[in-house]
Amino acid sequence: MLILTCPYCGLAADETELSPGGEAHLKRFGPGSSDDAFTGYLFHRENPRGVHFERWRHSNGCGKWFLAARCTVTLEVFGTYPAQTTEPPAAILDAIRAKRPDWEGRA
Amino acid sequence: MKRYSAFAIAREAARWHMGWERAWRSPTPKAKYDVIVIGAGGHGLATAYYLGKNHGIRNVAVIEKGWLGGGNTGRNTTIIRSNYLQDPSAAIYEKARSLYETLSQDLNYNVMFSPRGVLMLAQTHHEVRGYLRTAHANKLQGVATEYIGPEKVKELCPIINLDGPRYPVLGALWQPRGGTARHDAVAWGYARACSDMGMDILQQTEVTAIRQAGGKVTGVETTKGAIACDKLAIVVAGHSGVLAEMAGFRLPIESVALQALVSEPIKPCMDVVVMANTVHGYMSQSDKGEMVIGGGADGYNNYTQRGSFHHVEETVRALVETFPMISRLKMLRWWGGIVDMTGDRSPILSKTPLGNCFINCGWGTGGFKAIPGSGWGMAELVARGEPGPLTAEFGLDRFREGRFIDESVAAGVAH
Amino acid sequence: MSTRLARGGRRIDRSKRVEFTFNGKRLTGYQGDTLASALLANDQMLVGRSFKYHRPRGVVASGPEEPNALVALGDGARMEPNQRVTTTELFDGLSARSQNHWPSLEFDIGGLNNHVARFLPAGFYYKTFIHPRPFWKHVFEPVIRQSAGLGPAPKDRDPDVYEQVYAFADLVVIGGGVAGLHAARVAGAAGLRVLVLEQTAHWGGRSPVDGGTIDGQPVQDWIDATLQALDGMENVTLRTRCMAAGIYDHGYMIGYERLTDHAPAPGMPRHRLWKIRAAQVLSATGAIERGLSFPGNDLPGVMLAGALRDYVVEYGVSAGDRTVVVTNNDDGYRTALALKEAGLVVPAVLDARPEATGALPEAARAQGIRVETGRAIVKVMGGKRVTGVGVGLQAGEGSILEEIACDAVAMSGGWSPVVHFWSHTGGKLVWDEAQALFRPDPARAPVGADGLPNQAVGGAANGALTLGAVMADSHDAISEVLRRLGKTVSDPAPAGDAPAEAPLHPVWVMPQGAGHKLKSKMWLDYQNDVKVSDVQLAAREGYESVEHTKRYTTLGMATDQGKLSNINGLAVLSDALGAPIPQVGTTTFRPPFTPISMGAIAGEARGDIFQPLRRTPMHAWHEAHGAYFEPVGHWRRPYCYPQGGESHAQAVHREVTATRTSLGLLDASTLGKIVVKGPDAGRFLDMLYTNMMSTLPVGRCRYGLMCSENGFLMDDGVVARIDEDTWLCHTTTGGADRIHAHMEDWLQCEWWDWKVYTANLTEHYAQVAIVGPNARKLIEKLGGMDVSKEALGFMDWADGTLAGIPARVFRISFSGELSYEVAVPASRGLEFWEACHAAGAEFGATAYGTEALHVMRAEKGFIMIGDETDGTVIPQDLGLGWAISKKKADYLGKRAQERVHMTDPTRWQLVGLETLDPNERLPDGAYARASGTNANGQGNTQGRVTSSYMSPTLGRAIAMGLVLNGPSRMGEVLEFPTVDGRVLSARIVDPVFYDKAGEKQNV
Repeated sequence: MLILTCPYCGLAADETELSPGGEAHLKRFGPGSSDDAFTGYLFHRENPRGVHFERWRHSNGCGKWFLAARCTVTLEVFGTYPAQTTEPPAAILDAIRAKRPDWEGRA
Repeated sequence: MKRYSAFAIAREAARWHMGWERAWRSPTPKAKYDVIVIGAGGHGLATAYYLGKNHGIRNVAVIEKGWLGGGNTGRNTTIIRSNYLQDPSAAIYEKARSLYETLSQDLNYNVMFSPRGVLMLAQTHHEVRGYLRTAHANKLQGVATEYIGPEKVKELCPIINLDGPRYPVLGALWQPRGGTARHDAVAWGYARACSDMGMDILQQTEVTAIRQAGGKVTGVETTKGAIACDKLAIVVAGHSGVLAEMAGFRLPIESVALQALVSEPIKPCMDVVVMANTVHGYMSQSDKGEMVIGGGADGYNNYTQRGSFHHVEETVRALVETFPMISRLKMLRWWGGIVDMTGDRSPILSKTPLGNCFINCGWGTGGFKAIPGSGWGMAELVARGEPGPLTAEFGLDRFREGRFIDESVAAGVAH
Repeated sequence: MSTRLARGGRRIDRSKRVEFTFNGKRLTGYQGDTLASALLANDQMLVGRSFKYHRPRGVVASGPEEPNALVALGDGARMEPNQRVTTTELFDGLSARSQNHWPSLEFDIGGLNNHVARFLPAGFYYKTFIHPRPFWKHVFEPVIRQSAGLGPAPKDRDPDVYEQVYAFADLVVIGGGVAGLHAARVAGAAGLRVLVLEQTAHWGGRSPVDGGTIDGQPVQDWIDATLQALDGMENVTLRTRCMAAGIYDHGYMIGYERLTDHAPAPGMPRHRLWKIRAAQVLSATGAIERGLSFPGNDLPGVMLAGALRDYVVEYGVSAGDRTVVVTNNDDGYRTALALKEAGLVVPAVLDARPEATGALPEAARAQGIRVETGRAIVKVMGGKRVTGVGVGLQAGEGSILEEIACDAVAMSGGWSPVVHFWSHTGGKLVWDEAQALFRPDPARAPVGADGLPNQAVGGAANGALTLGAVMADSHDAISEVLRRLGKTVSDPAPAGDAPAEAPLHPVWVMPQGAGHKLKSKMWLDYQNDVKVSDVQLAAREGYESVEHTKRYTTLGMATDQGKLSNINGLAVLSDALGAPIPQVGTTTFRPPFTPISMGAIAGEARGDIFQPLRRTPMHAWHEAHGAYFEPVGHWRRPYCYPQGGESHAQAVHREVTATRTSLGLLDASTLGKIVVKGPDAGRFLDMLYTNMMSTLPVGRCRYGLMCSENGFLMDDGVVARIDEDTWLCHTTTGGADRIHAHMEDWLQCEWWDWKVYTANLTEHYAQVAIVGPNARKLIEKLGGMDVSKEALGFMDWADGTLAGIPARVFRISFSGELSYEVAVPASRGLEFWEACHAAGAEFGATAYGTEALHVMRAEKGFIMIGDETDGTVIPQDLGLGWAISKKKADYLGKRAQERVHMTDPTRWQLVGLETLDPNERLPDGAYARASGTNANGQGNTQGRVTSSYMSPTLGRAIAMGLVLNGPSRMGEVLEFPTVDGRVLSARIVDPVFYDKAGEKQNV
């Protein structure tokens, strides 16, 4: 039963307020893209045992989508941040590295 | 291998059961095998078994990082059915179901396949139409199912509440030869038979790297040293993504938690398996008397084998509504598994970008029922290097081509 | 015999007699008894039968670890199976029945299994019942099922109610023993919000029974004082009869409070499920005594030493007049002393250790109790009850040196900390070699959302077993918790004082040299009948992992979940494998700690409030007018309105005919209504829909299709341009929330710099479809707007007032008739709906439901999301190419639709289907067969039915379907096998069956 802090309304939201949305920072490929690029975008997932960047919606709250960095093994949350970014913010990466020095970064 | 029988038990009883031999050997790894199967769950062991039985390939190792049968094979709700809508699904699940019919005899190990029948309730008009469609499809597929009305449902399962005020039972898809089996016994039976064929089951051995040369697999590195092989089959369910990364490719898979629970045992009151997809719950009664309960999967990536309580709550709520008598039963045991969900919720049995490396995964919430068929098809794929009819549609290519096998068409959750 | 003593019993009130029945026998106990103590007081030692061999079973414990004494409690619809008598408080009128026997508890046919037990070792069923094949399902399994299963199945709907509450705490303390109370007081004094959960009805745990002092006070005095202090703290909440059931991630917990089980009060909630968020959890859960594995240790009368002591001290009940104590530790002597003090006979204490020189053994000797060291019980005499024991050497093989007559045996194999909660979210354990127990490993604690430990353990639960150690450890634990929460400890550590205890000597098999025959009489799991020999067999056969052994033998799988048997079983396994215990490992503890009712988990959400019900403003009208409803999402929509004994089919026929010939009214309020507004709204909608929406003129409507990024058709509906910056998107009933979320997803996560706002206004408006040749006349009669052909053409919309109600009128049609959809404020929906009926009376205005809607749209060949689409269908399959813009560079799903399978010319295409026999309707979901079979032997197909109806308008069966090359095969006849073995023939036709030219809607 996770608790994630919604970066918009600042609430520490219970999992029952939230809807998961899968891997974050996917780059969209549209018409004209290669089959590989499009399949990768739509289906291939990192699915790591460890640090995962993922999408959540505060669906029973403010309705906003946000992103979280979370460990899929310990369920530790390194931070949450607004969805309007293509890369994790430096502060989040620093927080992860501080706690997981051997983390190799996003695959 | 000494055969199991009532006679053997009588013989052993005379000497206080001191004469039973090991069900499977505990070997040390050889330097090289023809085929290495990673994962000694039901699917991996069945793959090895049919490699030996159907294709004569017996120089096989099955590598397991924990204990054989310790993953989802031993964590599911043991339902067996093949009443799927799409042809490729119906083919592989029906193959599996028909193999289950004789599995105890084939393996000389009682897996307690009990074809007690599976009911999938229709609780909206939309669901009625969906199951009618499945019944029509099944008829052409050679899968024996029938769409039945509420009276017949009540006759088959007297404890059901037909008139739930929110979702009355309008009918059901009935597969009389679906049912359950003893999950651990399936893994143990295959393991014993594999070991008997001379295959090595290497437990407590974790693969740490996959060796390759010239675009082809050459072996694996493990916590017990490097082992060479000609062909490699990755059959590790929830951990497929981790192994795929070692092999250098990505999968259309996410690993999420699926939870299940059982009640305390009570005297027999339910002789069929009931699945209620509108309200997201299913239930059967084990031979011990426990009511075995499951529901939908959790939604986020999770390798903990733990789920969130609110999903359990929703499942129990749905089943108390469907079977009001369970309200006074108590939840005895609760657990979770890591299920590998693909982009179209159907499995992958496929060649991979790495030569001579094959993968079997993505069974999601419904793998147990498929074990014999999955092993049969996977063995054929590994042995020949090309998919046979059972697995032809389950390749990774389908995601690139947009050629999905979508079963959610017929039912919301399922399994 | 077991009986009530003349004096003693801290818990009972001898002035209050309580009547109850057991198997119909009328018995009496006292207020404060448990059912267990009351049964023992009435000499009812035999309480049940074991699972496999149906062996006689008596009370063995005094708490939740009880594996044996389970009963069916209550009668009729309130019967509850498998209730532990040790945790059941006695009340007047309690009625209990024993379980798992036939015909009676005293004489059980199933007990025959006992005589062939030798042929039924662990896992025997895996090795037999294999042939002949049909026998498993038809012969063996039914017999096994019937003989297994313990308690009876409830038959009726549970008449009781359950409730759930939410709580938040800085600290939850699990367990109200002395360790927990101290921790709570310290935390309370530090100002933390504390919740203390105690599963029994009493505070203090077992310390008052075991004796000693805390800070110089007798234990009970210290407990009373501490409780008084806690009662005075507003920030501390104390709950008895409230068990912590499970800990989940990020500090989520569930508690299980039994509100009225001890005093049934129909109408009052029976159980309350607590849903708790705790920053920190401190387990002060104590320890559970282990049994000893000697031959015959399962006979009724053999009990845990601590339990025997509890019954004497707490309830004034003796399990026997003569009790032999067998132990491997000093604590067992406390029982001998307590029994002696109560005036009972202790013929001997048999201590498996070579010597016993501690304070407690010396005290026993001083009391004149015979103490024998290095001794073992090697045999237990008796059938349904202990009559004596055979004594031998612990180091020996089982020769009887002496027989001692007795009617009870108190066994103590040491204590196992209750580490369950630590394990629930992944905390790991360490093996404490000196004390022979698993305790929490502080280096591998469970962690919270911040990755830092969020649990602590104090007292016996942490392996601190003597009173002095308990208090010191509790203080350390709470100090650590306070440190984590940024608080400091003001209270000093309390000093507990009790006699020192010498180390125990681990004894896993008694006697040590026992052979196979004796080992097959040493029970580990009493309920499931798992013996030492079974675990050894499992190990011998290669079931080496503790999980394998557990599953193969069923050890620890009973309703006590191995609370008594796990460690003993693990030790036997470790011995059999020749591997140290920590290497063999332990199984994972999972919630619930003890079983909790399904009723409590389900809570209040039953029957009508099982799920939220969404109602349109006209819902009550529909109910009053006999609507037959169908669930659509959380809505219920009228399917039809049967009148005067009509069948549903007749009602639908009437509704369609009335609409086509005059006037029909549909409550369309459930349709999704989403406003999309902003400078980039047009651009956004062009991405969302396959067709062009940015070019839609203000005042006009356009039918639009929405696809998922994977290319499949996901929703459709009419879009209206409200003003330069604003569009109103209609969605399907089931799609409103999903589509709104879909829009927000793309806006927030992909095109976040686009200036667009969305709002889901579905419930703000009631919507009525006014349909049929007299539709315009009705509106004109309502008055207030010009809806003439010239003023409001097909696919126009306008705002105005109708019948004095603000209205937005869309001239759109899903039936092919002249049709207006009128949106009014939800608060005025019913008023408008009734006004339509009143004004429409002269036209025979007829309310119609969803089925008539479906029939009419099918007659027109309009697709229905969910019928023609199923998540695998793309617009191109449905002849909707006209609704896909060729001009747009991109829209969601466009790239996906370029994939090879999506452009495959052999995709099935939408057509109409007419059965050759017009009275024969194609079954829903039927497939058109093709010749031959595929590689898997499945019959080939070339199409399928997507919708099928009897058309009242055309007087014949019509259907739509997807067919291979369908549009180019007009006139061909296909064969549709039905599930009842017939084959129906149908001709491929145009999907528009009615008014192909579209004249009716354009008048």
